[in-house]
Formats: sequence, structure tokens, C-alpha cells
Amino acid sequence: MATTTAITFRTLVLGQPLPLDSGRELAGVEVAYETFGELAADKSNAVLIFHALTGDQFVAGTNPVTGKPGWWERMVGPGKPIDTDRFHVICANVIGSCLGSTGPASTGPDGKPYGMDFPVITIRDMVRAQMAMLDALGIERLHAVVGGSMGGMQALSCAANFPERTDRVLAIATTARHSAQNIAFHEMGRQAIMADPNWQGGDYYQGKAPTKGLAVARMAAHITYLSEEGLTEKFGRRLQDREAKSFGFDADFQVESYLRYQGISFTDRFDANSYLYITRAMDYFDLAEEAGGLLADAFRGAKDTRFCLVSFDTDWLYTTADMREVVHALNAVAAPVSFVELSAPYGHDSFLLDVPALDRVVEGFLG
Amino acid sequence: MSALRPDLARIASLVPQGARVLDVGCGSGDLMQVLEQERGCDARGIEIDAEEVARAVSRGLSVVQGDANRDLADYPDGAFDVAVLSQTLQTAQRPDWLLDQLLRVGREAFVSFPNFAYWRMRLSLLKDGRMPISRHLPARWYDTANIHHLTIADFREFLSERGVQVKGCWFFAAGREIGGGNANWRAEHAVFQLSR
Repeated sequence: MATTTAITFRTLVLGQPLPLDSGRELAGVEVAYETFGELAADKSNAVLIFHALTGDQFVAGTNPVTGKPGWWERMVGPGKPIDTDRFHVICANVIGSCLGSTGPASTGPDGKPYGMDFPVITIRDMVRAQMAMLDALGIERLHAVVGGSMGGMQALSCAANFPERTDRVLAIATTARHSAQNIAFHEMGRQAIMADPNWQGGDYYQGKAPTKGLAVARMAAHITYLSEEGLTEKFGRRLQDREAKSFGFDADFQVESYLRYQGISFTDRFDANSYLYITRAMDYFDLAEEAGGLLADAFRGAKDTRFCLVSFDTDWLYTTADMREVVHALNAVAAPVSFVELSAPYGHDSFLLDVPALDRVVEGFLG
Repeated sequence: MSALRPDLARIASLVPQGARVLDVGCGSGDLMQVLEQERGCDARGIEIDAEEVARAVSRGLSVVQGDANRDLADYPDGAFDVAVLSQTLQTAQRPDWLLDQLLRVGREAFVSFPNFAYWRMRLSLLKDGRMPISRHLPARWYDTANIHHLTIADFREFLSERGVQVKGCWFFAAGREIGGGNANWRAEHAVFQLSR
């Protein structure tokens, strides 16, 4: 986290306390956001992009925290499928995160970091905060909301709860409900964090962060983002910088070395408590439950919203079957919906990677 | 509309202005685009091929990738004014089920199909004793998607057995519309407008 403190994030403070699904309220909420491309005089060209679990507001351009390109640089920018020469793209850090928006590492009312005193938030709370951000920015209606993975959950939640705010909803590699398997993987990651002696009940901001636990959580999650085929192709059983197995517990295999690197480098940019809170929000996500049990009822107000849903054939985290449930619900309310399962070898992460068919779908859908 | 296949152009000309239309097996959405742009329709499509769906979506059309043999059941009764099934009936696992579904989700339906009793097919079968291969049915018997070949006479009998009303029918040969006389001999394919 040390590297992030030097960066000044572009933020706004919500004027009203944010009501949360838990029944609690969060006052003085800061939302960190970035914009790309000019807002049209009639404000008709705004596109809100929702980021995934560990994502951030730096969707395009250069991420000042990592010095690397934005996380969706291949999709967003001048002349790209989400063309910032045409669209005013807005991307905000979700509440509960740690890249400038209010989260468990932020200072609470008692002058100390919230830690575990931060309220448990939901996907809908994240969306609510971003709708309040749009109010503050004076943008009533969006041309589109777009998101992959947890970003797709926010997009669907936005359609269900704030249908008047957007003309189009583009949800990629996502689901309307976290499955038992999804929850199980997240719980494993959370337990790894909480088992780290440095976690200290979440009150570690004055001392050492639970980086080992967070790294293990990231390693486990990272496996779920890739396909077996992708891992086999990338690493196979190849050994890491050695001729033979060591008969020890070093990272003998390339895949081990890769995962360890993914885990450790993640801890440089992410707060362990944020990881707990955001995974919890995803686990609580069930649009049908919110609507009283029937998913179609969640979309009653969105029958004039245009939807485009995309899944990937190698994504076993949020599957085509998950997406088809959303399609059926949208058909039931006669909403204009497009759906396509694209073929790509990269598993869940396909939405971030080089899949030209996705570019065409995104560009065409945004019109 | 000149860019459309003649059977689709005929269907496009018959769909009422502003209708809600479901195009089953819509491909990349040629008919849907004409219906939306020239007839002010609200068109939706189902297509099984992912690349065709991607092309249709990139044209701004609302198309769901799926298998009509199964997914049509998910649409509510009477959700559409018009349901279109063009050159797909003969590929269906259960053409009878598909037609029932079509007339359930749509108040009326347009169905087009290749006529296996076209005189060139008959002649080819008679002369060579092999499954005919033609412009409209270019695949060989083992790799064809057309698992339920039918003739215009078969279709008429099928409709009357099921109490389906024929509101109109149109016939085509050599890329042009032809008159209805001896259609079961003369037509390469047919378009039927149906309702319950």
C-alpha cells in the first residue's frame, strides 16, 4: 500500500450519507473516479464503466499507481471499441475498495481507520454510491453502463435498481447470483487473510499488513480466472529455472512461480480488508432474491433498456448457463436483449484479453 | 430491400409497419435490419451460430444466441405480432414442436422452406438415384443440416392436420417469385403466412 499514498486521487465527496442495504448509513463517502473523453453539451454521451473485484478507476491511459496501462486499455480509448473520441467515459473506484474511494482503510468517524468497523456493503451499495456520484457530476442519464465480472454484476444491479439512469446495459462474463462454488472460493481467500497473524482482526494499519494471507487469497482466486486449457498451454509441467525437480517445496514448477508472483505483487496494490469486504459484497449478490425470488421481477422496470450479455466458453467462474438465466429473465419482461457466448481460450479473464469478437460486439452494441 | 433474399424480401413486405417481430434463425440479421429500418419494427432474433450473432449485435440488432429447438419455450405467449422461421424448419429436431412454439409466441408466423418436390430434385433422384444436391440444398446427405426434408404438399397436409390457417403463400424459383400453379413441381422454395 506504500506506493499508493503518494498519489492524489481525483475524488468527490457525496453530500448526503449513503444508505446501505445492511440498514446502516455511511457518511462523508468519498468516490474516486476518472473520466476520459469530452462530455457532450447535451450530456448524452456518458458511459459508466464498472470495474471488477480488484480493479480501479484507471480503465484507460496510464495507471499512476502501477505505471502500467489502464486495465481495459485495449477496449477504451481514442478509436477503440469504447471510443473516447465519441464517449465521455467515467469509471469510479467502488466503495469498500482502496484506490481513493471510502473503504475499510479510510479514516472513520473516530479518526482511526475503519478496519472491521466498516459496514458490510453490497453490489447495490456500490452502484448507489456511483449513482450519487453521477448526481454530483450532473449526469442524469447514461448512454450505457458497461462491466465485466463484478463490474457486470454492478451493470445488472444498475439495470434492476436504477433503470431510469441508462439506455444500454453491457454485462460481460458475469452472473445475476453468486453460486455456492463462487462463495466457497471467496471464503477460502478470506480465511487465508484472517489466518495471517498480521491481520489482527483487521486492525493492522499501524503495523504489518497480512500480505501472506492476501497473497494466498489472490493465488486461489487467480486460478479461477484462468482455464485449465490456458494454464496447460502457458505452463504445462515445465520447471522454473531448473533442470530437475528439487525434492523440496521451492517453486519447482513455472505455474507455482507464476502464482506466487501474482499473489505477492497483488499485495503491493491492494488492501486485505478491502478484499474481505468486496468478496463479501459479491457473495451477497443475488438479483432474484432482491426482487422477491423471481429474476424477471428484478428487471420489470428495465423493459425499455437495451441489454447485451456476453459469456465465454472457457469461463467456469461465471458460466454461459448463468448468463442464460439472465437472458430468460429479460425475455420474460420483453426487454431488448442480445446474448452471445464467445469462444476464447483464456477462461474468465477473457473479457480483459485479446478477443477481437468481443471488440466488435462492444463497439456495435454501443452504436 | 433489393439486397434481401427473395423469400425474405417477400416476408419483409408483408410484415405490418411497427410490428414486434421474432426472427428465429436470423443469421446475421439481414431481415431484422430491413424490418427495423424500413418498417419501423421492433425486431428480435435467435441464432445458434456465435459468429453470426456477433455480426448481428455489431449491427445494433437484438439477437440472442441459442437453439430454437429448446429456447423458444422460454418466450411468453403472444410476445410477438409476427414470428419468422426462414429456411430453418427442415433443420429442426421436431418441426411440429417448433411450429407450435412459433404460433404460440407469435400471433402469426411466416415459414419459408426449400421444396424437396421441385422438379429438378425429382428428376435428379429419378435419373441418378442419389440424394439431390442443388443450389438451395448444397450439402451431401451425411453432412446436411436438413434432417427433415419436406415438400409443399407435405406442408399443406401437416398444416391442415394441425388446424393451422394459411393466410397466404408465395413461391420462388431461380431467384424469382413465381405464380402458385403446380407449385409443388415448379417452386424451389415457398413462404407461408400462418395463424391459429
